[in-house]
Amino acid sequence: MQAEQISIFLENKAGRLSEVTGILAKAKVNIRALALADTSDFGVLRLIVDNNAVAEQALKENGFTVRKTKVVAVEVDDRPGGLFNILEILKNAQINVEYMYAFIRQSGDKAVMVFRFDQSDEAITVLTENKITVINGKDLYKL
Amino acid sequence: MIYNIEYETMPREALESIQLKRLQATLSRVYATVPFYRKQFTSAGILPGDISKLNDMQSLPFTTKKDLRDNYPFGMFAVPMDNVVRIHASSGTTGQPTVVGYTARDINTWSELMARALVAGGATRGDIIHNAYGYGLFTGGLGVHYGAEKLGASVIPVSGGNTKRQVIIMKDFKPTILTATPSYSLHLAEAAEEMGFSFADFHFRYGIFGAEPWSEDMRQEIERKLNLTAIDIYGLSEVIGPGVSIECHEAKQGLHIFEDHFIPEIIDPDTGKVLPYGETGELVITSITKEAFPVIRYRTRDITTLNPEPCICGRTHVRMKKVSGRSDDMLIIRGVNVFPSQIESVLMQIEGVEPHYQLIVEREDNLDVLTVMVEVSENMFSDEVKQLQQFENKISKDIKEYLGVTAKVKLVEPKSIARSEGKAARVIDKRKI
Ligand SMILES: [Zn+2]
Repeated sequence: MQAEQISIFLENKAGRLSEVTGILAKAKVNIRALALADTSDFGVLRLIVDNNAVAEQALKENGFTVRKTKVVAVEVDDRPGGLFNILEILKNAQINVEYMYAFIRQSGDKAVMVFRFDQSDEAITVLTENKITVINGKDLYKL
Repeated sequence: MIYNIEYETMPREALESIQLKRLQATLSRVYATVPFYRKQFTSAGILPGDISKLNDMQSLPFTTKKDLRDNYPFGMFAVPMDNVVRIHASSGTTGQPTVVGYTARDINTWSELMARALVAGGATRGDIIHNAYGYGLFTGGLGVHYGAEKLGASVIPVSGGNTKRQVIIMKDFKPTILTATPSYSLHLAEAAEEMGFSFADFHFRYGIFGAEPWSEDMRQEIERKLNLTAIDIYGLSEVIGPGVSIECHEAKQGLHIFEDHFIPEIIDPDTGKVLPYGETGELVITSITKEAFPVIRYRTRDITTLNPEPCICGRTHVRMKKVSGRSDDMLIIRGVNVFPSQIESVLMQIEGVEPHYQLIVEREDNLDVLTVMVEVSENMFSDEVKQLQQFENKISKDIKEYLGVTAKVKLVEPKSIARSEGKAARVIDKRKI
């Protein structure tokens, strides 16, 4: 049920982000979601793309440090309290969210959030038990 | 194995008497043929004939890199150009390069010393030597080359650069000895890995590395990544090139200096005072057999210690400790002496950190600021900002703890630190006082 995300180490230098997106464009990889966590001198760029293998290879060939990490994509009701509901379930199960970010979706009445948990398997179980839809990796890349 | 049993295992007393004879002959010759030395000796009030025992040489003036530059290009040559058969020059990173010459006999001497060195480092006639030192004005490539031929080994004159081709040659020609700078050897390991090869599948037994200071930790890293025994070789073009001293593979405890050709001294770099065996200071070398370019009490700027204890390999020549740094690239950060090799040791002790680093020293508000740039390897990259910051803090804390200096640590992208195919630029000192 987990999805795969690509993480890239970036120095905080002008133009690095555009360089990454340029490399991916040239490799014909489509970026579906993106989040940047940064400090004063470096950042970690996290990406959900439609082809991890091609993206990873293209980035490594261009000298980037790349790592694949497991994340969980979850459907969120597009109404007030939708996200709160999910976070409450996780809190009660004592599962920590390391970070999360939004996924861009063209259609549908539900939003999608990408989560990184300290315990992914437990998170998936408890979310499923509470009738929250966890999106399969394969389906996510095609959304 | 010892290449020249007679000279390499000669009892000290006999060795010293040969040294004195050769020193006296060299002094007379440079006094007669090199105006620089005649002037030096005269202003110190010494005539070559005044040197009647080895210790007397302590009254001779030093020769420095600046003296060599001032006499650019051929002013220090002690023979007419007719007798010079080879010219080398050191890379002039700061200003004028230094130019050195060799007579046919000098080339022969150098070849013999390199043959001795290769044998001490584990090579035999049957070995195939992959020589990745640069060929050209730099003495590394040709020095190893002539020594390997003198020994009768097979030498692949691959030189530096074209790393991918080197990996293919290592795979196909199955060389058993690697000669390269230590930083280039790690570069080769990286390249091999990127091409899907492992040094474990190659056939190297020994690697003979030199031309830049490297730490014990880096040795372990090289031995692990290249699957060979790493031997330290020392030399400098001003003295002869590689082949001034080498570790014996039997002990790997200090580098035997070929004392039948060179007289080493250790001095306090600030006062110039000669220090006894066992004390750490700057290495000073006098060449006693060279014809075209003899040097008298040449200050190498390399920091080391001499050990006269007998060695298990049977050689009687004194051993110098692995060079721990240079007295001129020693950084003084807010009054604390720091050698790049010490920072390297700290980095190598941290799990996941690779020795790709650069030190930048700046002056902000009249205070020295040291920044250590460290490349992020795949092993240390975890996707969590928090963990990367922990790495930065750990490195900074360890540097403070071991060296007593405060350093900012900055993680940078892989391969972003300029890496030449030869020597790595470890220090950028932006302080201009
Ligand atoms: Zn020995």
